[in-house]
Amino acid sequence: MMSYAALDAWWWPYVFIAVAGWLATDIWRWLGVLVGNRLKQDSAALTWVRAVATALLAAVIAKLILYPTGELKNVPVALRLIAASAGFAAFLIFGKRIWIGILVALALLIGGQLLLG
Amino acid sequence: MNTPPAERGIHWFFKGARGITSLPAIILMSAFVGFCGFAVEAGIPLGETVFMTGMIWALPAKVLLVGSILAGVSLPAAFITVALSSIRLMPMVAALIPEIRTEKTPTWLLLLLSHFIAITAYVFTMERIRDVPREHRVAFFAGFGTTVTTANIVLVAVIYSTVANLPAMVAGALFFLTPVYFLTSIWASTRDRAGHIAMIVGLALGPVFHQVAPEFDILYAGVVGGTLAFLVDRVWKRRPGK
Repeated sequence: MMSYAALDAWWWPYVFIAVAGWLATDIWRWLGVLVGNRLKQDSAALTWVRAVATALLAAVIAKLILYPTGELKNVPVALRLIAASAGFAAFLIFGKRIWIGILVALALLIGGQLLLG
Repeated sequence: MNTPPAERGIHWFFKGARGITSLPAIILMSAFVGFCGFAVEAGIPLGETVFMTGMIWALPAKVLLVGSILAGVSLPAAFITVALSSIRLMPMVAALIPEIRTEKTPTWLLLLLSHFIAITAYVFTMERIRDVPREHRVAFFAGFGTTVTTANIVLVAVIYSTVANLPAMVAGALFFLTPVYFLTSIWASTRDRAGHIAMIVGLALGPVFHQVAPEFDILYAGVVGGTLAFLVDRVWKRRPGK
């Protein structure tokens, strides 16, 4: 009931996206503004909120590498892990330059696939 | 300092808008090419794909919504799935707001601008905001946020009809770009020790909680990992002999 394909009206998919997409994401942004408005800079509470935000992002990163969507699924998980780790190591070694990390990771991902056939 | 304040605000708005040529923005656009391909494959029409890009803006939430549409779930179920996965936006926004607002910034403006906050805008702003005078930070963020969102809406509309012809290896690399970019840029933009600990703990806990509670894995990893990092940092600071 009430699925994306439930109604044959042109506006229904847009209502579906607005409620399940826009509203479902922006309520958290609005709450974030209300909470953030009460946080003082350099307070312990802000340090904690920032740590939680960072840990959340890190968990998203781990999931994108280990359980990817789309074409990346067809690349062996070991190759994905090696490419990401080597890219991060290169980033740290060569003065925290982001583009070096990305270049190394992508080169290994594509090179590895070509080698594996 | 004889330029009127409004004019300097416009100057910082355009400085933010120029962030469209920065590495974060370019990588995000590549990721949007990947998302557009996914939407085409899922059979989402052009108009709806463009609408999603502007209205949701956060990329992981869009991927989940398309997944829910493909699975044929009901509107309340899709809402809950996307809402649960988007809780992470709250601490991100809450951490960013104290960096950009002044005493005088109206709340309605922050509520409006918060729509443009997603991982890329968070990383970009945290990296550069310290170099922007406080009274112009909102203008700087607004310039970046509105420009990058508009650019990606246009991008999705333009490439929609051709994106299906992308070679598989290129499409895979586009999906890989996002996590590698986040990994390096979040590490580079994190200024405190608690943040670095949180990053390492979060990377480890994400897959652990995925095995235990796949629906809430990111949320648990964030709250548990972030709190752990915060406490370790506190204890570290209070060590005797420091």
